[in-house]
Amino acid sequence: MDTTAAGTLARISAAAGNELPLPPSGSEQVFAAPWQAQVFAMTVTLHEAGAFTWVEWARTLGRHVSGGRPDGSDYYERWADALAEMLRDRGIATEEEVERATGAWHEAAARTPHGMPIEL
Amino acid sequence: MDDHDHDHDHDHPQYSELSEMDARVRALETLLTEKGLVDRAALDAVVERYEKEVGPHNGAQVVAKAWTDGEYRRWLLEDADAAIASLGHVGRQGEHMVALENTPQRHNMVVCTLCSCYPWPVLGLPPVWYKSPAYRSKVVIDPRGVLADFGVSLPEDTEIKVWDSTAEVRYLVIPARPEGTDFMSEGELAGLVTRDSMIGTGLVHAPSGAAR
Repeated sequence: MDTTAAGTLARISAAAGNELPLPPSGSEQVFAAPWQAQVFAMTVTLHEAGAFTWVEWARTLGRHVSGGRPDGSDYYERWADALAEMLRDRGIATEEEVERATGAWHEAAARTPHGMPIEL
Repeated sequence: MDDHDHDHDHDHPQYSELSEMDARVRALETLLTEKGLVDRAALDAVVERYEKEVGPHNGAQVVAKAWTDGEYRRWLLEDADAAIASLGHVGRQGEHMVALENTPQRHNMVVCTLCSCYPWPVLGLPPVWYKSPAYRSKVVIDPRGVLADFGVSLPEDTEIKVWDSTAEVRYLVIPARPEGTDFMSEGELAGLVTRDSMIGTGLVHAPSGAAR
């Protein structure tokens, strides 16, 4: 029997149908995409700098993930929403600023040839 | 379900190869960097710490020490913060650690029904299933069923206790030491201790071929 974590989770998912967590894709990686690691690291860094307490963070994150998908696959999307809310509430960045900077990154990506690093 | 759908197109150029989430997180980083609140090197250091340094191997070291050193075990059960910190695993979120010992009478399982509070210093970041609403709700209602999902069955008379983590209190399960491992060193024992056994969704097994 496959006793790796991924194998175990695959069996659980098969037994429990749609209601259960997705196995991690492939090996046991912590983050599924670089942006997940970045948004996680920003949150930890801001907390360590005293921008908010971990209790405040947990409460905000809890509110956002409570509406998430049952399998938890959109966890870091919800995490990013929670962080954006924290920044808004603390007057660090408005939603308009975030939207504008997001657009700027898309425009930078659009003018960058494929394979080159994207820079603002 | 919610009013945030990051998959749909906004009015950005369609030929941007960044996903909406990628662009949005880059935007957050840009704004925080401009305001002097984060810098790239510090972020990279955090990612490095959680991808490489902090992980279940830390918790496994704690468990193996508790199995082989009675004095340490008592200390861990009385004052987990100090006992864990003595091995160099210190939390940064101000969490208070509590160690829960599995016995034939009681099996402990850990969840965070609110979000995903988890003992990062000893287990690293939680697996996907730990964060899923499915696990968070089912383990409270039907812990024995969840154990069965993980391929674990316990005697009927073993009580199963589910502990709900919070931002302030995190739990580390000390699984039972498997039979037939008396000859093993602390380091070898640490190699047997799985992440799931320290959350309570798994048991620790002796290596195949170990004397019974």
